Order: sequence, then C-alpha cells, then structure tokens
Amino acid sequence: MIEKGWQTSERATRRLKKRYRRERRLKAAGILAIGLALGVLVLLLGSVISRGYPAFVKTEIALEITFDARLIDPSGSGEAKQLAKGKYGRALRQALFAKFPDVVERAERRNLTQLFSKAARFELREMILDQPDWIGTTQRVWLTAASDVDMLTKGSLPRDVPQAERRLNDQQLAWVDHFEAAGNLRTVFNGGFFTGSDSREPELAGIGGALAGSFWTLLITLVLAFPLGVAAAVYLQEFAPKNRLTDFIEVNINNLAAVPSIVFGLLGLAIFIQLFELPRSTAIVGGLTLMLMTLPTIIIATRAALAAVPPSIREAAHGVGASPVQVVSHHVLPLAMPGIMTGTIIGMARALGETAPLLMIGMVAFIVDIPSAPFDSATALPVQIFLWADSPERGFEEKMSAAIIVLLAFLIIMNALAVILRRRFETRW
Amino acid sequence: MPLPSKMEISGLDVFYGATRALYDVDMKVAEKRVSALIGPSGCGKSTFLRCLNRMNDIIEGCRVDGDVLLDGNDIYARDLDVVQLRARVGMVFQKPNPFPKSIYDNVAYGPRIHGLTNNAGELDEIVESSLRKAGLYDEVADRMSAPGTSLSGGQQQRLCIARAIAISPEVILMDEPCSALDPIATAKVEELIDELKEDFTIAIVTHNMQQAARVSQYTAFFHLGKLVEFGDTEAIFTNPEEKRTQDYITGRFG
Ligand SMILES: Nc1ncnc2c1ncn2[C@@H]1O[C@H](COP(=O)(O)OP(=O)(O)OP(=O)(O)O)[C@@H](O)[C@H]1O
Ligand SMILES: [Mg+2]
Repeated sequence: MIEKGWQTSERATRRLKKRYRRERRLKAAGILAIGLALGVLVLLLGSVISRGYPAFVKTEIALEITFDARLIDPSGSGEAKQLAKGKYGRALRQALFAKFPDVVERAERRNLTQLFSKAARFELREMILDQPDWIGTTQRVWLTAASDVDMLTKGSLPRDVPQAERRLNDQQLAWVDHFEAAGNLRTVFNGGFFTGSDSREPELAGIGGALAGSFWTLLITLVLAFPLGVAAAVYLQEFAPKNRLTDFIEVNINNLAAVPSIVFGLLGLAIFIQLFELPRSTAIVGGLTLMLMTLPTIIIATRAALAAVPPSIREAAHGVGASPVQVVSHHVLPLAMPGIMTGTIIGMARALGETAPLLMIGMVAFIVDIPSAPFDSATALPVQIFLWADSPERGFEEKMSAAIIVLLAFLIIMNALAVILRRRFETRW
Repeated sequence: MPLPSKMEISGLDVFYGATRALYDVDMKVAEKRVSALIGPSGCGKSTFLRCLNRMNDIIEGCRVDGDVLLDGNDIYARDLDVVQLRARVGMVFQKPNPFPKSIYDNVAYGPRIHGLTNNAGELDEIVESSLRKAGLYDEVADRMSAPGTSLSGGQQQRLCIARAIAISPEVILMDEPCSALDPIATAKVEELIDELKEDFTIAIVTHNMQQAARVSQYTAFFHLGKLVEFGDTEAIFTNPEEKRTQDYITGRFG
C-alpha cells in the first residue's frame, strides 16, 4: 500500500537529493571528458602550428649583382636560349667576393657562397629572362638564403653553442649579422612552399607536387567511388530482393568498411599493378586503391540516407503512378542527397589523410616534377609528410609541420562542409 | 445492386508473411458513388483499400489472393501495368504526405510523369482546376511556389487530394483522409468528397460513423479481417442485419 503524500516525506526528499547529486557527478564527468579532449586537441594543434608556421615564410638576402654581359650573354645575341645558358653562379660569386674582398681562402669563399640557396643562380636567370635589359647593369636583388641561414633567422638554430656543434661557423654568423645590420636580410612569404615540389634542399621543398598528387588521386577516387557507391546502394536498398545473397552482400560490405587500409594497399598492389600492370607510383593506382577503401563507406552512408527518407513520400509517389525508378530518381534520391554528400565527403576526407595504402603501391618516391595527369608519378600530401618526417635535415622539420597544417586545414574544411550540408538540409519533410 | 459497379472484388485473401489480414472478401465498388469502409482498428480496412490499386506490392512479404476486377479486368493479371493501374486508381493517404516540393509541383507532378501535356499553359490550367476542385485554390493562389509542406494539415490533405485528381483517375481511394483534421477542415473535405463523386468513384475508410453516414451511399463493415456486412449506407445504419454491425455502429465496441 502506497502511503498518501509520500512525495513530500523526508525519505523522498533525501532520495531526491541523492538523485541530484548523482546527476551532478555525471555531468561533471562529461565536462571533464570534453575538456580533456579539447585540451589534447589544442595541444596537438598548438605544437603543430607553432612548429610549422615558420615554413610559410623564408629568408632572403639582398646583393648587388653585376649582370656582366661577358658572363651572361657572351655571344651578344640576346636570345632567350643563350641567356638561359649564362654563368649566373659565377655572377653571384663575383658579387659576393667583391662585397667581402678580404675573403680569399678557398674554404672561406665556399662558406660564404653557402649562405645562399643552390637555387639562387636560377633565380638570377629568371630575372634576366624577365628583364633582358638588366644585362650590363648592376642591380640590388633579393635571393633565397640557404636553409641554415633561414633556420638561424627564424631562431630554430641556436647561436650559443660551441662552433663545432653548429651548422654555421662563427665567420658565417658574422656574415649573416653583417647582412642583417645593413638591412640586407628579410623574411618574406614563401609562395614556393605551395607551388614547388619536393627537393633535396629544405629551403626549396614545397607541397605543390604532393597537393597535385593528392588532387589527382582523390579525383579518381571520387569519380569512381561516388557513382559506383550510390548505384550499388540504391540497388541494394530500393530494388534488390531480400534473400540470402543480398544479406551476404550486405554483411560483407560492412566487413569491408572495417578492413584496415593497409590491406587495401596490398590489394591495390596485387590487382592494379601486378595484374593490370598499371604504372607504379601513379595517381591512377592510388585513386583506384583508395576507391576500394572509400566504396563501402559511401555505400553504407547512402543506404542509411535512403532508409531515412520517410515511406510516406514513396507511397505518395507510387500513388500517383510513378514507376519504381521514378520514385527513386524524382523523390527518394534527391531527399537522400544531403546524407549521401555528407557520407561521401567524410569518406573522401579519410582518403585524403590515408598513407599506408599509398606506401604499398609506391607513391612514396622522391618526385621532383609536379604531376599533371593521373598517369604521372606522384606522391600525396600525407605521404609527403611521412617522407619529410624521415629526412635527417633540420630544415624539413618545419616543412613537415607546415604540410600537416595544410592537411589538417583541408580535413577541417571538408568536415565543416559535411556538417553544413547536414544542417542545411536536415529536415525537409 | 442497381448501379453498375466499377470494381468487383471476390475471394480476396491477404497475408502479411504468415499472418492473415483478410479472409475471403467479396465486395463491389459502385461507379460514381462513395463507398465507406468501417470497422474497428486493425480489422483490415487499409489492407483492403491498398489491394485496389496494388499498393500492397511495395510492402515486403505481402501476398494477395483472389480477384480484383476494374471494369471487368483483373488488376492482378500478369500483363497488367501497375503504373497504369495507379494512374486509373488514385489514392489519398491517412497522413497528409505532400512532396517536399512547391505546391504547384505537387499537383503538376502526376500530369508531368504521365505526359498528359507538354504545354505550360495547359499544365497551369490542370493545376488550377485540380486545386479548385480540392477547394484549395483560393487559399494558395498567391503562393504556388511555396513548399507544400508549409501548409496546414488540412490544407496539406486537400493538396494531396488535388494531386490525386490532377491525373483524372477513375477511382479515388481515401484512407481516413480526415483523421488528422479539425472539424472545419473535415467538413470541407466531406463537402469535397460529395462533389467529387460526380466525376469519380470513391472508396473511403473512416472511423467516424457520422462521416460514413453523411458522405457514403454504400457501407462495408469489416471485423477481424472479414467483411461482415455490405450494403446501402441507409440500410446499414438504420437496420443492420448483423448483430456485430449494430454493436459497432452504436458504439458498443471498436
Ligand atoms: N505492413 C504490414 N506488415 C505486417 N502486418 C501488417 C501490415 N500492415 C497491416 N498489418 C496487419 O494487418 C492487419 C490489418 O491491418 P490494417 O492496417 O489493414 O488495419 P486497419 O483496419 O486499417 O486499422 P486502422 O483502422 O487502425 O488503420 C493488422 O492486424 C495489422 O497488424
Ligand atoms: Mg488503416
């Protein structure tokens, strides 16, 4: 027998208090967990960004260069072809030795030229090809500094250690200070980081080639996986009879989605390279391999999106005499599209960050040319990060972090896009 | 029965997997009249109605035995085209289910897919006259491009009726079309049904005895998957032959 008025009795009040306490504890635990996750995220982003952002700028040194016609255009024809063969390295050295006349020893002179990037003479050549009228004149030009100088100005190379443990000796430090004091040292935005490809010289290495490789790879993946995945899902969800065979297929698609990506890499290697003899290290093979990996994700997302379309819409369409294909193409598929797009974007984001399968199919080579088609040798952004992480030179460390920043930026943009799509079209019925 | 029947149903059995929903139903749907289907919840009214335009085809595991004739032709015949059948036998559902498209496109969809016209002006006319017949035109004339889902429940249901009549079906099946509507909207739909029977044959499921008495000329009473009694609405409501019918009508069970 339940006592009347038990709700306000002392026991009930005590129980209520206990209940609230438990609720507060649960809430606190939840907030703690979220705080922890956010903290780790901030730590990760903070360390990557603080290490990587210097790579977005580079150091340049100004020098008075005399573009002597005897060095640059000995034949005097002024033709671009002749100009391209000019002795720009010599011009650079002459300018340097003129600036520091007391440096005469061979080793010292070599140390002096080593302050500049190996690309400095190509930069001079570009200048002359752009402005041939500079021949015979003396110009103050900015040239890319060597990686060690770059690291020094960015503060990544310590000065206060014994000379033997330093990449730059005392004399070189003095030269750099001399340039800086005279206003001949500056840091500028490093556009080459985004447009250039991999290089043995850290100051020249860029992610342009890797970005192009990722672009071609993902393009192949998207172009193949999206229509195939959607078609498979539509058939399975809307048209296929429910029987043992379709059950079996369904279970295996779910299994496939859980297979580790490196296994897809091995599969790609066996099928596309060994069986079909497609060229190794190319975006086409990378795209095909990632397609295998992305397909189950897209199929599962599409089926979920199709299943979420209310049956009343299907009934309505059937009721006015739409054929089964019209019901799907006019009503169900458009309503499911936001869900399908969300799933696809998430699948593509996963493919963008995927490294292991690309290692298996040889997209891990050192590639200097920017791939311009799917059949060119290519690497991809995450693989480039892997390659730079493996490099001994200090200069690559910031490149690696900067590449991670770019990769994360792409992933964040893609995920945000997925969220926006989902929000935008969430409930339309 | 004095009037020609549009549809004749005989020996209709329906199974959902192993469970049986209808037992040997024989019935006639009179042309250009309203036939009401009444009975307690779960007795198979919707199931019966859905057999008349083969909407049961899209339900997994549903099996239909027996004959359903439309103008004397078996609609379950092998060579019959379901799309064509549903264009002849339209349906309005219990819950208003407009497409998430504009009001105009909701009504125009049927005529478009059946290629009834490829002239924009003519399509406008079809849409307008369908909306007028459904008693909705004046309310939506100035917002034809607004989404159909932005209408009130009663308006949505009339939109669904307009959508059904836009392709000029011969028969319209209505499954509790007023169950989601308030009394005023219900009165409008009832009025509409009364007008529609001039042009269309109508079969309507309803839980509302007064409604059945008001709008229909024939009434069928279902109970536990069996057709208990079928006849003139007046006869059924004033002088039912079966005890169960009387009990149900007078509210003793259901
Ligand atoms: N899709 C289905 N799958 C399995 N069983 C079903 C299905 N639809 C209906 N049934 C069963 O068939 C029987 C008749 O259902 P039906 O929907 O025809 O009843 P109803 O008379 O329309 O009831 P209500 O008045 O509540 O709408 C019920 O026992 C129901 O459980
Ligand atoms: Mg029903």
